[in-house]
Amino acid sequence: MSDSIDIINAFALLTNFVILPALSYGSQLALGALAVTLVYSILRFSNFAQGDSMAFGTMLVILISGYMISKGWTITGFPTAILAIPLALVGMSIYLLLMDRLVYRHYRGIKIKQSIVGITASIGVMFITGGIVRFFLGASAQRFGDGERFIFSVREFKAFTGLQQGIALKTSQFLTITLAILLVAFLFYFLQKTKTGKAMRAYSDNKELALLSGIDPDKVVRITWLLVALFTTIAGTLYGLDKGFAPQQYHLLLLPIFASVIVGGIGSPIGAIAGAFLVAFSEIFLTYAYKKFLIYLLPLSMHPNSLVQLIGTEYKYAISFVILIIVLLIKPTGLFKGKVIVDE
Amino acid sequence: MAYLKGKNLVAAYGVVPILHECSVEVEKGELAVIVGPNGAGKSTVMRVLLGMLEPTSGSVTLDGNDISMLSTQDRIAQGLAFVPQTKNVFPSMTVEENLQMGGFIREDDISKTIEEVYELFPILYEKRKQLAEELSGGQRQQVAFGRAMMTRPSVMLLDEPTAGVSPIVMDEIFSNILDVRNAGMAVLMVEQNAQQALNIADKGFVLVSGRNEHTGTGKELIKDREVRKKFLGG
Repeated sequence: MSDSIDIINAFALLTNFVILPALSYGSQLALGALAVTLVYSILRFSNFAQGDSMAFGTMLVILISGYMISKGWTITGFPTAILAIPLALVGMSIYLLLMDRLVYRHYRGIKIKQSIVGITASIGVMFITGGIVRFFLGASAQRFGDGERFIFSVREFKAFTGLQQGIALKTSQFLTITLAILLVAFLFYFLQKTKTGKAMRAYSDNKELALLSGIDPDKVVRITWLLVALFTTIAGTLYGLDKGFAPQQYHLLLLPIFASVIVGGIGSPIGAIAGAFLVAFSEIFLTYAYKKFLIYLLPLSMHPNSLVQLIGTEYKYAISFVILIIVLLIKPTGLFKGKVIVDE
Repeated sequence: MAYLKGKNLVAAYGVVPILHECSVEVEKGELAVIVGPNGAGKSTVMRVLLGMLEPTSGSVTLDGNDISMLSTQDRIAQGLAFVPQTKNVFPSMTVEENLQMGGFIREDDISKTIEEVYELFPILYEKRKQLAEELSGGQRQQVAFGRAMMTRPSVMLLDEPTAGVSPIVMDEIFSNILDVRNAGMAVLMVEQNAQQALNIADKGFVLVSGRNEHTGTGKELIKDREVRKKFLGG
């Protein structure tokens, strides 16, 4: 009897400290990875500005929600940031379209390898965007989540189930997983069922033929940036609600996001999502200290003395790269058959 | 006045001249073929007719109206359709989606035109949910034709439709082209397999170094001794 309770306790522990965090971190990465995939499929370059764009979107949310809080426009239970997203989305769309007009469009007009030119241009945009964010919010970390922190807390969970170990569902985790599911469903519906979405896929598939079919390339590019704005703003806000906002942290998010995209298969939306969860779960599973978990499962004589942590958390970014290298060696097109990077 | 007419076309890629006063034309319900050796400018004629390359001089008229100044998209809207030689389908989209994309610029209901394409190519109806990249070469060519037909064009331009296919598939494709012609369209195609193409053509243009070397009905050109010797291998 006590054995089965121990097993339940062990898995409650694992759910609370590994599975739920990995699910929400994976969802945040997936949204960022989908934005990178969209840019890659349509504009044919890897967008290095993705991490800093997420910081930019989050900055807008922080500024707008700060104003809303000062006016007392809040909702009980949920962070005001959620209310600020629609307005921030408008700002983000304008910013990305402006960057396209000022930077990317110029390089698109030049008939040279987009994969190289686009990357280089996006690195420039990355620095500008990061600079703007630091100019307005500074470089230090801050929290902007108000409202209830938990949907249900560890204490409530324990009282309810009588278990020793509790599971807490943070508001940010709940919001992340819900919004991620909604956004992904929307994206797939849009790409598979609507005329505009199909035109985007056609453009990504065969640009020449899309032009011959009368698909307007400028419109495709505009819609792409609008979708990127949507995914970028929400991914950034959710990540910030979960882990706090720090420009440098967002900048570094580029690494696991790129790893997700490549592991999943470049240009494949399903691949981007699968890759994101693979990266997130690997990072958290490998850096979690399993001591308490094993104490529940193993007999007393076998209880571990050490933390049983496979890899220190300071190495978590390295995990993305190890996965990346393994996948590139074994299956260069990624888990889901993506495009092989070649220039047309 | 022919239905589609490219008259005295002069064109160049950069400073390299390709076409010198070259003229081609095709009537509705007629199949015209452009043949000639490599580098004769056959595909360039197509590009000029479609507005993908701006000619230095010369004019393109459709049903008597000058369309020389129109963009490719506008010419498509006017009734021109084009099947490129390679990359002529959307590989990761289904057959049906390929057809839908062909009718992208149409505001009206395209389902009837899709039905018509399925009637012409019944195999496409069976494979409508399959991705274009999963089809055989001949079937893919049918998707390419079908996509081009979705705008209900009056002129169909084909760039080497039989390049790289087996002789059996080639016969199949030629018979498809005749079906399209018999449906009342003007068909103008560039073809490497000159003998077979001229056999079924109503009209032929032999291009050499961007000039009209010989012009005539398909039968006349096949009988012409000079044409036979130079281009048809004896």
